[in-house]
Amino acid sequence: MASATTTAAGQPNHAKRVIVAWIVLSVVATPLVAIFLGPALPPGHASQQAGEQVAANTVMTSLVTPVICLLLVFFLYALKQFRAARGGALVDGPPLRNQNTIQVLWIVLTSATVLFLAGYGTYELLQNGSGGGQGPNPIAVPSGTKLQVQVIAQQWEFTYRYPSYGGLETSQLVLPENTEIELHVTSLDAIHSFWAYELGIKADANPGNDNIAFLKTKGPDTFHVRCAELCGLWHGYMFSNGRVVSASQFAAWVQQQQQLFASVERYMPPYANRYFPDPQRRAG
Amino acid sequence: MSIGRRLLGFNLLTATLLGIGGWYVGWFAAHGVVGPSIDYFGDIDYNELSIFMAYVCGVLGFLIGLGFLNYPFARLRGYPPSLREKETGGIGRYFGLCTDHKVVGIQYLIGIGIFFFIGGLNAMLIRVELLRPDHQVWPAGTYLTVVGIHGTMMMGMFTSGILGPFGNYLIPILIGARRMAFPRIEALTFWLLMAGGVILETTIFFGGFPTGWTGYAPLNIQANAGMDCYILFFALVGISMTLLGLNMIATIVTMRAPGLTWTRLPIFVWGVLSTSALMVLAAPVLIATLLMGMLDRTAQTSFFIPAAGGSAYLYQNLFWFFGHPEVYVLALPGFAIVLELLPVFARKPLWGYRLAVAGLMGVSLLSFFVWQHHLFVSGINSDLRPFYMLSTELISIPTGFTFICGMMTLWRGQIRYTVPMLFCLAWFFNFLIGGLTGVYLSDAPSDVTTHGSFFSMAHFHYTIMGGLVFTFFAAIYYWVPKMTGFQLDERLGKIHFWSMFILFNSTFFPLFIAGFLGQPRRVVTYPHNLQFLNDWVSVSAFLLGGSMLVFLYNFVKSLVFDRVPAPADPWGSKSIEWQLPSPVPVHNFDRIPVFSSDPYGYGEPQTVPAVAPAGAPAGRD
Repeated sequence: MASATTTAAGQPNHAKRVIVAWIVLSVVATPLVAIFLGPALPPGHASQQAGEQVAANTVMTSLVTPVICLLLVFFLYALKQFRAARGGALVDGPPLRNQNTIQVLWIVLTSATVLFLAGYGTYELLQNGSGGGQGPNPIAVPSGTKLQVQVIAQQWEFTYRYPSYGGLETSQLVLPENTEIELHVTSLDAIHSFWAYELGIKADANPGNDNIAFLKTKGPDTFHVRCAELCGLWHGYMFSNGRVVSASQFAAWVQQQQQLFASVERYMPPYANRYFPDPQRRAG
Repeated sequence: MSIGRRLLGFNLLTATLLGIGGWYVGWFAAHGVVGPSIDYFGDIDYNELSIFMAYVCGVLGFLIGLGFLNYPFARLRGYPPSLREKETGGIGRYFGLCTDHKVVGIQYLIGIGIFFFIGGLNAMLIRVELLRPDHQVWPAGTYLTVVGIHGTMMMGMFTSGILGPFGNYLIPILIGARRMAFPRIEALTFWLLMAGGVILETTIFFGGFPTGWTGYAPLNIQANAGMDCYILFFALVGISMTLLGLNMIATIVTMRAPGLTWTRLPIFVWGVLSTSALMVLAAPVLIATLLMGMLDRTAQTSFFIPAAGGSAYLYQNLFWFFGHPEVYVLALPGFAIVLELLPVFARKPLWGYRLAVAGLMGVSLLSFFVWQHHLFVSGINSDLRPFYMLSTELISIPTGFTFICGMMTLWRGQIRYTVPMLFCLAWFFNFLIGGLTGVYLSDAPSDVTTHGSFFSMAHFHYTIMGGLVFTFFAAIYYWVPKMTGFQLDERLGKIHFWSMFILFNSTFFPLFIAGFLGQPRRVVTYPHNLQFLNDWVSVSAFLLGGSMLVFLYNFVKSLVFDRVPAPADPWGSKSIEWQLPSPVPVHNFDRIPVFSSDPYGYGEPQTVPAVAPAGAPAGRD
C-alpha cells in the first residue's frame, strides 16, 4: 500500500483516512448487526435445522457487513474528494497503473473470506444436511431412531404417508415434538418442492426419486407448507399448514386418522419409496 | 429504382410475407404427413409436429425473404465475393440484410430495445396481479404465461444486449478493422433473434406456457402447444448466441490492427471475448436440450419422462449447464463497460489491467463449474454439494478483481459526473448487493431458506437489471452520440438516472425481505401479511416503468426532433472510436491505424492515441 499512501506534500493522506473510517465503522456495525439483526433473520427456531439456518444467515450477514462498510466508506470518500472542478478544462489524474501490494492484499483477503465461508458451509452441511433434500443416499445422517414420513407431491397438493403406522395417508402434516424425523419427498407428476418454512425444510419432489431430508422438531408449534418449484397452473395455491404436537396428542391423532383411513385403505397403493401413477394425463 | 421495385426486393416486407407463407406451408405439410394428434400422453388437441414445422418453415421463408440465400446462390453461379449489401440502400439498409457492422449494431439496439420494453410491460402485468394477495386479476394460466414471457424474453434477448448493439458496432472499430470476420453471419444473428422474439410472443395464440424461463421437464412435456413457441424461441436464441460468439472470437483473434497486442486491447474487447467464449461453449448445450424436449413432445421419445425411463434431472443438469454460464453472459459485458468507462471519467489509466483481464477470464472459466448450486435441494447428488458450494463462492474472487480495479481507477482521479458515469457508479452499488446476497444462496445451509423464494428473485434482478441494464444504459448514453452523430439530452438523462436508480432499489430491495419471510417465486397468490411489501414493490415497479418512459422520451426527442450534432469526442476519451467522426463513416478508417499503447493513457503525455501512418494505402474490404 506504500505508493497509495505516498501523496504530494500538503495533500491529506487519503488511504489512511478511508482505512481508519472503515475499521471504526466495521467494529461498531458488525456486532450491532450480529446482535440485533441476527435473531430476526429467518426461518426461526421451530426446529434444530431452522435454528442452524438462522445461525448460518447470521454468520453471512456479519461477514458481509464489513464488506458493505468498506465500499460505502470508499465511495462516499472518493466520490466527494476526487470530484473534478466544475466547468474547468479537462485535468488528468495521476497515472497510477498498478500497485502490487494492494493487489496481493485484496486477493489474499477475498480468498481467505471465501475459503472460510466454504469451510463453514461444508461443516454446517455435514452435521445433518441443514434441512435440505439430500437425495436417496444422504451423506449427512443424524444418529438415533427416526420417524419416517413420506411427502407425496402432486399437482397441486401435498399428502403424507406414515409407513410406521401401516402406510397411513393424510392430507395434513402432523409431527410429534422433540423427535428426529426422516422425510422422504417424492412426486407423482411434475417437479415440486416441499418447503416447510418455519421448520427450515426444503426438498425438491422429483417424480421417480426419493429425496430424503432430516428434521428434529422442537416444542408444539404450527408451520406453513408451500410448493417452492413452479409446477403448473395452480402452483400458487399449493400450500397448507401443519402442526408439531406432543407425543400423546400425536398418538391420538394417528388413531383418529387410522379410523378415517381404514375405509379407503384397499384403494391405496402399498407404501413404496416412489410411485408411477397410471394413466398419465395432461394437466395445466 | 422505383418504389414498386424497392418494395418487391429482398427486404423486411418480403421477408414477413414469405415468413407467413412459409408458416402455413409447414403447418399443412406436417398435417398432411402425420395427421393430428400424436403425443406421449395420448391427448388429441394439437399436432405438435405441425407447429414446429410451421415455425421452422416460417423462419426459413423469413430469411430467404431478407435475401440470405442471394449471396450463396451468386457464388454458386460463379460471381466473385463482395460485400455489396454494405453500401447500398440508404435508410432501407436498416430494414433488411446489411453487412455493415455499424448498421447491424443499430438494428440490434432498436430491436432489442423494443423487446426489452415488451418484457418490461410483462413485468408490470405481474406486479398488477401481486397488488392483492388473493384477488385474481389474471387467470392463473395467463399469469404464468406472463411470468414466462417476461423471464424468457429478458433472459433470451438480453444475452445479446451488449454484444449485439455495442459489440457489433464497436469491436471492429476498437481493434482497427473495417468489418467483422463474418459479416453475413453477423446479420443472421440479428434476424434470427428478431424472428425468435416474435415467435415467443405468438405463444399466447397456443395457450401460453406454464414453466417460467427454465422450462423444467416433465412440466414442459405436459404443457400446452404454447410450449413449442418457448422451445423454438430459445433454440433460435441459442443458435444466434453461438454464431455471435464465434464471430466475435474470430474477429478479435484474427483482425486486430498492427501494434494492437493482447495487453493493449481495450478492456471492453476482453469482456466481449470472455462473454463470447461462454456463448460458444454453453449455448449448443441449450440447443441440444431443447431439441430433446421437442422430440419428447413430438416423436414420443422419453428423455425427460421418468415414468417412461427418462430423467427429469437430466433436463435440470443440461439446462443449468447452459443456464449458469448464461447469467454470466449477461453480467460480464457489464463488468467490461464499467471498467472501460471509468478511466474516461476519472481521467486516469485503468488500474491493474492484467488483474481486470484475469477477473473477466476467471469468471468466464469458473462459471462452467457451478451449475449444480441451482440443484442444492433437488436431491440430485448430495456428495457434490460441498464442491459446488466452494466453486460458487470462488467466483467472488475474480468478481472482486473487477471491483478493486474499478475502485482504484477512481482513486485520486478527476471524477466527472456525466450520465454514463452515474450509471457505472450505480453498478457498484447494485452489483455489491447482488453479489453479497449471492453468497447466501451459494451457501447450502442458507440456501435451504432462500432457494426458490423471492430472495433469489431479488438477487438475480440486482445482478442482471442492476448489473446489465444499468451498464446497458451507460453504454447508450456514452456511445449513441458516436453511433448516430447526435447528442442525448444530459438533463433528461440525469432525471432518468436518478429516478431509475432510486426506483430500482425501491422495487427490488423489499423483495429480499419478502423472500426471507417466505414468499415463493412465481406464485399467483401470497400470504396476507406480505401485502404491504408487495404493494410497495408494485407501485415502485410502475414508477420504474415511468422512468423508462423518460429515457424513451429523451431518446426520441434528441435523435428525431432536436438533432444537436455531437462533436467527434464529447467525453475527452483517448479511445480510438472517438478519434473518428460522428457517425463513423462506412469504411471506418481511411487508413488502418497502428497502435502503440492501450487507450488509457490519461496523465501520460508520452502515450498517444492510435493514428493513421502517412502513406499507408487506403484499402477496401
